Amino acid sequence: MSLIEVSNVSAGYGGTPILNGVNLAIESTDIGVIVGPNGAGKSTTLKAIFGLLRVSEGAVLLNGRDITNAEADKLVPMGLSFVPQEFNVFTSMTVEENLEMGAFVRRDDFSDTLASVYEMFPPLKEKRRQKAGELSGGQRQMVAMGRALMSQPKLLLLDEPSAGLSPRYMLEIFEQVIKINKSGVGILMVEQNARQALEFASKGFVLAGGKNRFTGSGRELLDDPEVAQSFLGG
Amino acid sequence: MNELIFFVNKVLVSGTVLGSIYALGAVGVTLIFGILRFAHFAHGDMMTMGAFVTFVLASIAASMGIQTFWPTGFIVLPFAMAIAAGLALGIDRAFYQPLRQRGAKPVTLLIASIGVTLMIQGLIRLFWGVEARSFFANEPKDLIRIEVPFEGVRPIVISEPQILLIVTTVIAVVALHLFLTRSRLGKGMRAMADNADLAKVSGINTRQVIRATWVIAGGLACMAGTMLALDVTLKPDLAFNIVLPIFAAAIVGGLGQAYGAIAGGFLIGFAETMAVFNWSILLRPFRQSWPDWLPFPADLSLVPTEYKLTVAFVILVVVLLVRPTGIFKGAST
Ligand SMILES: Nc1ncnc2c1ncn2[C@@H]1O[C@H](COP(=O)(O)OP(=O)(O)OP(=O)(O)O)[C@@H](O)[C@H]1O
Ligand SMILES: [Mg+2]
Repeated sequence: MSLIEVSNVSAGYGGTPILNGVNLAIESTDIGVIVGPNGAGKSTTLKAIFGLLRVSEGAVLLNGRDITNAEADKLVPMGLSFVPQEFNVFTSMTVEENLEMGAFVRRDDFSDTLASVYEMFPPLKEKRRQKAGELSGGQRQMVAMGRALMSQPKLLLLDEPSAGLSPRYMLEIFEQVIKINKSGVGILMVEQNARQALEFASKGFVLAGGKNRFTGSGRELLDDPEVAQSFLGG
Repeated sequence: MNELIFFVNKVLVSGTVLGSIYALGAVGVTLIFGILRFAHFAHGDMMTMGAFVTFVLASIAASMGIQTFWPTGFIVLPFAMAIAAGLALGIDRAFYQPLRQRGAKPVTLLIASIGVTLMIQGLIRLFWGVEARSFFANEPKDLIRIEVPFEGVRPIVISEPQILLIVTTVIAVVALHLFLTRSRLGKGMRAMADNADLAKVSGINTRQVIRATWVIAGGLACMAGTMLALDVTLKPDLAFNIVLPIFAAAIVGGLGQAYGAIAGGFLIGFAETMAVFNWSILLRPFRQSWPDWLPFPADLSLVPTEYKLTVAFVILVVVLLVRPTGIFKGAST
């Protein structure tokens, strides 16, 4: 039984379906990376897992439990966290308030988690009284990831965490992703910086036209001439 | 000196009173907009409805012989606010929630709220008729005179309900501030107003936030309506007439911004009272030394009282031209 299992999912935004049978499975030890061209349905896949759009066919299982089309506020307490691609911080709220919102579903004392997020992203501690909207892109991404970690997830969904960041910030974010995974959190992320991400991915999925085209370990996808040719820019 | 006191009475006191009422109404409008993204046109009528709830409770209290040092309307206000909050929840459940669940556009909800306006006004007329009523039919409206330390100068006059009104507004604003900045649900409300999708993703129970919004907006509307009725009289179109300045206050303050709405309410309240104030009164002390060739101005008010509503409109237009997001940066949608 996998941590998350997406089997044969079709979904769309009301019009023609965007996803036509996506399959993937992630264990808690995995870092899964979804790559693919623009508009392939990568973001849509994560949204479908998180119940943000209607799954018309197939099923999503979390630890064997059917969570297809469940409401987001039910999924967070079950151990699922999501960092969207855009608009992923509360710009009018302080850094600390953003993190508190990540812990909204928790009724216990979350000061330990807060401290560990600050330890993971030291710039946030310094700026914790500042509005998230005033931060740089890289620091906002840290706020977004920190917020998602506050609920102590078992599976973290990340949509292009390195988009628009300088290489230095990209490496820092990737390093943290690996660290989070080592602490026992399964990762499923979409990445444009496909080569770098597949280097450390234990599972890779190439998505195109709303379907998986290739599935394998990160290494296998990197070494596959067809994948390299068509999806990783030669 | 008497002229200055007249100014204090007419502008300072009246402006604060009017500003408080506008501010409490505008906070509700702005919170509803922030969370549900539609202009709640029926807000004025929620205020009137709240005032009638208070009136009924006050009548019941009077018939039970409850008489206190304070105006009965204020004593029963907390209970009336609770009932009004329940009514606001009921209105949402019955009229707005079904539309939301069908994914209705904001304009559809706006039109539905116009329907709610007509319905509330109709119901009030059906049950209480159209005549004006006073909270002070059976008890005195105490006037408080604050003597100023000058020989032969009139005192500053403020009525007891006016003082209570100002104090209650301050309490309400402080309570709202603490709620929004300290409580879990209040922060969740700000988060949802900021970014509803991300709030949902974070696991914030958005249905609970929506309910809290109606409770607060309905309760404050009841407070504002009751105060207006205590200050003047209670009639079915009591607050419908001030919907424009209330919306102007919310927009001027930046839609979705609670503090902006409060600032906007006082801004418009003062602007209106100053615009209708006859400034020539302040010139009277100089009458003796007034040059002969210049006719002494009899009326220097900016607009006649009947046109008071235009003031809110002008401020609204000017602010939107100069700073389209409102004084406090609000939602642009
Ligand atoms: N909210 C929406 N409503 C309707 N269609 C949408 C919506 N969001 C995305 N789409 C469409 O769904 C398709 C897949 O979009 P998706 O965002 O999943 O792509 P993606 O693989 O994440 O691409 P990118 O690399 O640009 O982020 C696109 O054709 C897009 O136009
Ligand atoms: Mg995307």
